Amino acid sequence: MSYLTDRKRAVGKGASGTGTEHHWFMTVSAVGLVFLVPCFVFIFGSALGKPQAEVIATFARPFPAIVTALTFLIGMRHFAKGAQMMIEDYCQGLTRKLAVMFAHGLSYVLIACVFYALGRMVLIGLAMGV
Amino acid sequence: MAESKRVERPLSPFMIGQYYRPQITSISSILTRITGNALAVSAILAVWWLMAATGTPEHFEAVNWFMTSFIGDVIFTLTTLGIWYHYLAGMRHLYFDSGRGLELETAEKLGIACMIGSVVLTLLTIIIV
Repeated sequence: MSYLTDRKRAVGKGASGTGTEHHWFMTVSAVGLVFLVPCFVFIFGSALGKPQAEVIATFARPFPAIVTALTFLIGMRHFAKGAQMMIEDYCQGLTRKLAVMFAHGLSYVLIACVFYALGRMVLIGLAMGV
Repeated sequence: MAESKRVERPLSPFMIGQYYRPQITSISSILTRITGNALAVSAILAVWWLMAATGTPEHFEAVNWFMTSFIGDVIFTLTTLGIWYHYLAGMRHLYFDSGRGLELETAEKLGIACMIGSVVLTLLTIIIV
């Protein structure tokens, strides 16, 4: 049995029941992105427009691959939770629920696609001997 | 009393325009939201291109052509502007969260700094990258 009273368990969790978890996630991911985004913009911007073999060679290297993976993982989760906040401001009821699901789904799909693409590029890079 | 009267509650942002004049503080906040969510479109395009890079040369050529076309250039220039605006405005929010910079004059200056800063960073990005 729990020794905590019902009131004690509820205090600090607010209407959402999760306290400041959402806001704190946005804060932590934002700080991470402060470092990741400039690196990613440089890597992606330099690779864009190059021939396919050079693009694969770029993303097969550890630093560009890891920065890209982290930028999309953290960036898309940051997006999903931010979009959720916008949706909760402007929509209600079923529309809100479906829109929130769509935003989170989109973020996971894009993360998975990037991981898949990076994995393939690393393997092609190995085969090419990069 | 069980059947309480249903109230049509206004949804945000119902105050701007009707009751509040647009201000630097509100506009800079709204821009943060618009840029952040618009970046999802850029993310989809970036993922499309990365996926294409692992596919057949013909497919990559087609996607790469679009990405480096005039439309692609416009989209990615706007993306860069969006990234840097959201970046600077996000850092401004982290600064606000620490309890600093909340005086009206400072907040307005920071808002304008984000707008000018994002244009400067976009030009720098175009020059460097």
